[in-house]
Amino acid sequence: MTNAQKRKVEGIIAMTLSTLAAAIGLFWLVFILGDVLVHGMKALNLSLFTNDPVPAGVEGGGLRNAFVGQLMITACATLIGVPVGVLGGTFLAEYARGRKIARIISVLSDIMVSVPSIVIGTFIYAVLVRPLGHFSGWAGAIALSIIMIPVVMRTTENMLTLVPWTLREAAFALGAPYYKVIIQVVYRGAATGIFTGILLSIARVAGETAPLLFTSFNNSFYSLNMNGPVASLTVTIFQYAMGPYDSWHAQAWAASFVITLFILMLTVIGRLIIKWRYGGR
Amino acid sequence: MPLQYKKNPADVVFLTTTAIAAFSVIIFIIGIFYILVYESSPAIGRFGLKFLTSTEWNPVKESFGALTNIYGTILTTVLSLLIAIPVAIGIAIFVTEISPNFLKAPIGAAIELLAAIPSIIYGMWGLFTLSPIMSKYVEPFLKEITAGIPFVNILFKGTPMGIDILTASVILSIMIIPFTASIARDSFNLTPSIVKESAYAIGATRWEVVKNIVIPFSKLGVFGGIVLSLGRAIGETMAVAFVLGNNHRITTSLLDAAATITVTLANEFAEADNDIYLSSLFYLALVLFVMSFITLAIAKIFLIKAERKYSR
Repeated sequence: MTNAQKRKVEGIIAMTLSTLAAAIGLFWLVFILGDVLVHGMKALNLSLFTNDPVPAGVEGGGLRNAFVGQLMITACATLIGVPVGVLGGTFLAEYARGRKIARIISVLSDIMVSVPSIVIGTFIYAVLVRPLGHFSGWAGAIALSIIMIPVVMRTTENMLTLVPWTLREAAFALGAPYYKVIIQVVYRGAATGIFTGILLSIARVAGETAPLLFTSFNNSFYSLNMNGPVASLTVTIFQYAMGPYDSWHAQAWAASFVITLFILMLTVIGRLIIKWRYGGR
Repeated sequence: MPLQYKKNPADVVFLTTTAIAAFSVIIFIIGIFYILVYESSPAIGRFGLKFLTSTEWNPVKESFGALTNIYGTILTTVLSLLIAIPVAIGIAIFVTEISPNFLKAPIGAAIELLAAIPSIIYGMWGLFTLSPIMSKYVEPFLKEITAGIPFVNILFKGTPMGIDILTASVILSIMIIPFTASIARDSFNLTPSIVKESAYAIGATRWEVVKNIVIPFSKLGVFGGIVLSLGRAIGETMAVAFVLGNNHRITTSLLDAAATITVTLANEFAEADNDIYLSSLFYLALVLFVMSFITLAIAKIFLIKAERKYSR
């Protein structure tokens, strides 16, 4: 074989392997989503949303408590996390723009985004659950909001940086103080981006399980009390899937299907908005 | 930088509010570190640094050591990286160099959707779907083909149960592929096209351009992406909790159950019934926090360096 032929064959092999790698990635995606879809659809019915769990081993019942609990915890986490995140991002992009402190906080929040969520669970357990003596929905919501804050903060910072500086100068020239410029001009310019960041951060925390295991814990009864243990879909999935009953497994699949669908929808909508508004990738 | 806001009292209020919000991240990091050290101080006082090298995990005798957990964490992480890196780099090469233009965005988005699937779904899918496949087909097959090879066969000793290090690592690898792949793709995309074009002009094949131009140019960014995935894999809990068992033993076979720091925390935290047990679990959480913080910081340093290099 000549050198040229050898190089050609080598190239074909490498390119085939790369294509194969992409196929493997797509294969897992289809495999996992397909599996969740098939098992989830089978167990999906109205009673899942309208009934509370029945005693272990008995057929029927639903997960109304977990759906409501999940909504409450996620909503409260959003209510705490979003304002803090947006305001923090504002500081980084506006008041501290270009200063060293903004850079340091940016880097730290990037690290914070990837800190194991179970560590945040143990932290909240130590500062909120044990001193108060009981698990609570609030503890779960605060744990999730701590995961959320750096995500929202970084996207807000990035989106505000994209707003052209000349826009601010135009507003300054009219004599507007900086806070008014930020609220009335800069936020408006970056609203879509910030909103997308919020959507993606909700998608990020809605599937979290580990920080809820010992903060909001679980509750097999319907409860609207955020001061006591609150059921969540994810912890219920963990408990049901590890349990011995087939009816539990079926409900866990159905719950997985609903939560996966919800999260993928948020993610896809977020990405579409970014693409539509900002173009490119 | 306009300093106009100093003149207006409302501005001072707004500035202070936003500053407090921004500093909350620093407060959380210091707070987590302080609380974990404080809560684990009884265990630190009792076991000291020997905690890190002791393999005993015995709640009844109140004797605890983290080595089995650290070993499990490192083993599953390294194994999952070994599986994930080639695939992720392959995907990045495919998306940037091979795929026709109309396929680039959809395939890139599909791979990133893999990252959006919650880890509990990975765990459940692993328990009910992947683990039976592993125990019935993949693991017996691996056992058979390695049976005659000395040293390698040690890795596949024991009965294939599907609930083991190998299955956990496969699931972890699927979870980190999208992170590595998307960072590698972004780094590859930053290679100046003029350099690539010159290589093509002197007759290089596509693979030679990737191997000799694109990869050397973007290796900082790719490496940063790999370390970032490593940090993710160290901290992953739910996906592993389903399929690793919870076995505090150091095992040489990949077909054995094991324990990682995260799995031990997830399974035992709520049931720790005495102070030294709970304190040891906090000590474990501290070890995990420090391990992942250092890893993520290293990843961040590499990514910042890469960013600087490309923007030049």
